[in-house]
Amino acid sequence: MVALIGRRLILALITLILISLIVFLGVEALPGDTATAYLGQMATDESLESLREEFGLNDPLHERYLNWFGGILRGDLGESMVKRKPVVELIGNRFRNTVVLATAAALVGIPLAIVLGVIAGLMRDKWPDVFVSTTSIVGMTLPGFVTATILIYVFAIRLEWFPAITLVPSDVPVIELLPNIVLPIITLTLIMVAHILRLVRTNMIDVMVSDYVQMARLKGVPYWDIVFKHALPNAMLPTINVVALTLAWLLGGVAIIETVFNYPGIGKLMIAGITDRDFALVQGIAIILAAIYIALNLVADVLSMILNPKLRTARGH
Amino acid sequence: MTVASPSAERSVAVRRRSPLAETWANLRRSWAGMLGLALILIHIILALSSPYWVPRDPLEMNSVIRSQAPSGEHFFGTDKLGRDVFSRSMLGGRVTLLVTLIAIVISRVWGGLLGIVLGLVNGRADELLMRVVDALLSIPWLLLLLLIIAVMGTEMWVQTLTFGFTYGILTVRVARAATLDFVTSEFVLAARARGERRRTIVMKELLPNVLDVLLVDGSMNWSWMLLGFASLSFLGFGVVPPTPDWGFMIAKNREILAVQPWAVFGPVIMLSTLIIGINLFSDAFAKALGLDRSQGAPV
Repeated sequence: MVALIGRRLILALITLILISLIVFLGVEALPGDTATAYLGQMATDESLESLREEFGLNDPLHERYLNWFGGILRGDLGESMVKRKPVVELIGNRFRNTVVLATAAALVGIPLAIVLGVIAGLMRDKWPDVFVSTTSIVGMTLPGFVTATILIYVFAIRLEWFPAITLVPSDVPVIELLPNIVLPIITLTLIMVAHILRLVRTNMIDVMVSDYVQMARLKGVPYWDIVFKHALPNAMLPTINVVALTLAWLLGGVAIIETVFNYPGIGKLMIAGITDRDFALVQGIAIILAAIYIALNLVADVLSMILNPKLRTARGH
Repeated sequence: MTVASPSAERSVAVRRRSPLAETWANLRRSWAGMLGLALILIHIILALSSPYWVPRDPLEMNSVIRSQAPSGEHFFGTDKLGRDVFSRSMLGGRVTLLVTLIAIVISRVWGGLLGIVLGLVNGRADELLMRVVDALLSIPWLLLLLLIIAVMGTEMWVQTLTFGFTYGILTVRVARAATLDFVTSEFVLAARARGERRRTIVMKELLPNVLDVLLVDGSMNWSWMLLGFASLSFLGFGVVPPTPDWGFMIAKNREILAVQPWAVFGPVIMLSTLIIGINLFSDAFAKALGLDRSQGAPV
């Protein structure tokens, strides 16, 4: 099993290096260069040239890539030319804010999804299942900004329970962020719950008709013992990977939700970075999000291996 | 779906009806699937016909009737520039539908074929390309879309190619996995033994067998593409104004949501009914073909 995990680790590293290449080249290809964007109309040829020289924009491509990648390994994501600050400093608190938001949504959403999925699976095709399954399709399919807009209209404008947008700066303590994130959490939860719920439901249905559950029934094991001791653990196993994928998606797709609610997080920063042609910033955020995605998948794979003996001997795909 | 030569593995029993008729018969039994199909058809008909019958010029501004509530004159009210929200909502899906429908075909073709070939050769090249696919899939979808469009521009054909490419990446993996189920089957071995060319094996033996997977994946992909396109429009990277578009309408009219909620509800209702329709249809379509779509990743 150690060898398998080692193999996964190496694959993850290779993927990360590939991503860094794709991201670097992709961002380099953005039209216009930052020097022009930075100096704007006042730019003279000399001032542009000296700025490019200062930030090493004239170095050959591979040299810049190696410099950048070496910097990442040292925890240095470069300097934002637009904001004239180190990227790490720009990201700092905003990354924390996004993590707070995503964690809160995950803490609400994952248990809720599992409970609802189990209920729907056990009561297959009865009204609770039909209700939960139909609602989940709606929650899953509506774009986040649509759900958010409807929630803002109902809870912020009509009922005035929560603020419609966040108006606190990015560096306030977590406790002051909390009242602002109720609506974003509900939005994210609605989207996230649906994906996990559907999988739990399917697994639960499969497990409940399996031979060993039938056997337990025939032996007279009480219903809830069957559900909690036999069915649930087996139904949960395949869910681990989907939870990881959902969490990773949450960090990437959260950009729109942050924009809608004006929440000072990393996703909103990323969109601003693309609009401002802030190369270093976009590269930095992209590599962070990709690394998190890979890490979450790795953890999910290893976790499933530990929990499921069958996977330990199977060759990775 | 057409079934190829000796694809006996899946259809053990002799089929009386054609697979197409059978799928349709299964689909008709699902009320959700039929509702979804109806919603999709209504949207396509609206997109095709709306320019000929919408009551107002969607671009005509009129400062006298700014942000008016819905009335007999303006069914969905007017926006802050005095434009008719009903007309704009009816027209607002045309670009979206055109771009995503062509992109679906593009993503099927390149993603599907590449996936099948990789599944068949299954060697070094496969290993290497799958790493690239994994890497591309690890970049947040929104960032990938934004990057490509920021580099290439917001012309419609660029967006179509971007969506066709981006959403085909996952299809490579799906098609490859589906192909792996068949490469060791007897009819592929037989074809290899007969000395068939690789191209013939891909087109005549493998493609017909993974076609159902590709189609179901395509209908799911369609709803994700719509989500992606609407999101880009919402952020201002989609349809170029003043062409009416749902995502952009929602973004702009949202700014004074408290004053004119109707200007947001029009496009919200249109966009939501289409996306929900596609998903209801996808679910029923997958079931009608005997596939399960609950494993889909939230991309």
